[in-house]
Amino acid sequence: MKVGVVTFPGSLDDVDARRAVSIGGNEAVALWHGDDDLQGVDAVVLPGGFSYGDYLRCGAISRFAPVMTSVIDAAGRGMPVLGICNGFQILCESHLLPGALIRNDHRKFVCRDQRLRIERVDTPWTSAYAAGAEVTIVLKNGEGGFVADEPTLDMLEGEGRVVARYLDDNPNGSLRDIAGVSNERGNVVGLMPHPEHAVEDLTGPGTDGLGFFTSLASSVFA
Amino acid sequence: MARYVVDVMPKPEILDPQGKAVHGALPRLGFAGVTDVRQGKRFEVELEGEPSDALLAEVREMAEKLLSNPVIEDFEVHAQ
Repeated sequence: MKVGVVTFPGSLDDVDARRAVSIGGNEAVALWHGDDDLQGVDAVVLPGGFSYGDYLRCGAISRFAPVMTSVIDAAGRGMPVLGICNGFQILCESHLLPGALIRNDHRKFVCRDQRLRIERVDTPWTSAYAAGAEVTIVLKNGEGGFVADEPTLDMLEGEGRVVARYLDDNPNGSLRDIAGVSNERGNVVGLMPHPEHAVEDLTGPGTDGLGFFTSLASSVFA
Repeated sequence: MARYVVDVMPKPEILDPQGKAVHGALPRLGFAGVTDVRQGKRFEVELEGEPSDALLAEVREMAEKLLSNPVIEDFEVHAQ
């Protein structure tokens, strides 16, 4: 499959994400924020970083980049879209996902290996995991606190749309320990930790993140 | 020239870590008795033409679409 990875001005993890896509067995295609042509990709990753310097709000300006018009349109037709960290923030600002991400409650940037539980495994990004799988993936954010009003949180829980939840310490004040959510259909997933940094033994805490990049093929050809 | 001010504030129920940091610093400077600080944003928007209901509505639309995030923030628009 061809997986597009969008580079915004200020993206940091686009190259790592493309590398993870390749290691996951798919073809990585570099997409540019100023170009609304998705180049025929089958899925899109919005990588981490500080797009547009996090000016105004994280993801607020990226949401209106030309490429996002196409991504939002394609997501509506069911194309798999994964937003990691800043990408998650962009998906929330785009209203493809509910809620918002605010500054960490302890006000410090956090960078560590984070234990997670994968709770929704019927998405094109998580089907390689067993339901309830406990994994360790790199986490690094300053504004990773997931917030939404109580009815929205109840809806996410009730519809099984919490994709991943923090185990042990909650690193950023996210409500109900939520680390990642999906849209109703499951094709759009936002995740605050960085699975693309956990795909090789040489670097990072292991290869627990690889499933996010190998799931695509298995979910399509299943 | 029409000039409008948009004030954006975190919703009361949303944690405001920046406001808390400022609140925590004030007593160290000798400002006692501060019970709360909330930090928001102020935008000054200038538009061509004279102030009008139509321009006010346009600025409100800007505030809804870009200047604020309705999930976490409230805004107010007023002419200056």
